[in-house]
Amino acid sequence: MIVADDANLHTFADALRFIGDNPGFLATKALEQLELSGAALGIALLIALPLGIALGHFHRGSSVAIGTSIVGRALPSLVLIAAFLTILGIGFVNNMVALAVLATGPILTNSFDGFDGVDRDAVEAARGMGMTRLQILRQVELPLSMPLLFTGLRIAAVTVVATAPIAAIAGGGGLGDVIVNQASYRLAGVLAASLCVMALSALVFLALLGLQALVTPKGLRRSKGAALAASPE
Amino acid sequence: MREHWHDTLEPALVQHLELTAIAIAIGFSIAFVLALIAHRVRHVEQPIGIVSALLYTIPSIALFEILVPFTGIGTGTVEIALVAYTLIILFPNILAGLQSAPPDVLEAARGMGLTRRQILTRVELPLAVPLIIGGLRVAVVSTISIATIAAFLLPKGLGYPIFLALKEPTPFKTEIYSAGALAVGLAIACDMGLVGLRHLLVPWWRTTR
Repeated sequence: MIVADDANLHTFADALRFIGDNPGFLATKALEQLELSGAALGIALLIALPLGIALGHFHRGSSVAIGTSIVGRALPSLVLIAAFLTILGIGFVNNMVALAVLATGPILTNSFDGFDGVDRDAVEAARGMGMTRLQILRQVELPLSMPLLFTGLRIAAVTVVATAPIAAIAGGGGLGDVIVNQASYRLAGVLAASLCVMALSALVFLALLGLQALVTPKGLRRSKGAALAASPE
Repeated sequence: MREHWHDTLEPALVQHLELTAIAIAIGFSIAFVLALIAHRVRHVEQPIGIVSALLYTIPSIALFEILVPFTGIGTGTVEIALVAYTLIILFPNILAGLQSAPPDVLEAARGMGLTRRQILTRVELPLAVPLIIGGLRVAVVSTISIATIAAFLLPKGLGYPIFLALKEPTPFKTEIYSAGALAVGLAIACDMGLVGLRHLLVPWWRTTR
């Protein structure tokens, strides 16, 4: 837990100075964090994306998708990291697995919703035009599901990057190492690392928004506000 | 687990509920007023949507720490952060709810001579209930989850026993599992409670999934 007997607005200036004095160190830590996050996200994508697409394409297993989203949301990240730690021990693997589990929920539910929600008439029309199942999947359902696929990816990526510092109490590395170690880095360092974590997740969010804009076909671009609203179910 | 119920788990659970309840109550009130205003003054929702989505990317642990120089360490700091997150979730949902009334329904209400205020209280608000409760479900469950992170700042809530257990050379499994199970159980219980509330308030509502 952090101590703040001396905390005031000057601490904030100290934090900014800390960033100015140690850019290399913070960048290394940020890269460490991105590495962990990327690995976790990769695993989650490998598992959840094909599963969500398959379930959504065949319109099966909506209970699996809903169940995953509810359980996933109810599982606090701290609990998840701590629980896996008792099984896998301290270190990179534990944190990668815990973060991957966190990322699975949003990717699975959103890819399911995306493919399950594709207009049946569009699929019917594509079949009538003689498209094969694979062509329908790639040329009709995939582009139409793109907004939801990206929503899932964005939520998952931001969740993972934002949660990675918490993993530092389980030996995760990254900027979290600085955040949980006030004894060495003082409050200024803790704050500096917190600011970097904030910037990092905002960057990831914006990068994915940009990527989405790049890969979304022109005819499918919709208002962004709708896609960003938290889904109620 | 039973041994530690009274000295550790029960107080932690009660504190956790307190942290969550205060955050939801304040967050909901502010979000509701803001949504009513935004509902009147159109064309502000898209910028607000993007800004709030960006704000939501702020990691809770970072937000807690960054507030410290401004508000010190204490329940207040934690609540400010928790309220901020509930606001970000609730505002778009309440607004979407208020705007979910179909145009022909509004037309009919106007045709029947209802004033603007009557349309709001008798047509738009009742129709908004399902989406508002949907937002509350996400907000409550997220707040319960984020409140465990408050243990980095404050010796309170279900995160604290876990936090302490992790500091041990060989982490205490009992604390982690029991406090963790309580946090998950609390979240699921609240979620189900809100679903029950929705059935009570709007029995006609059917989710498509």
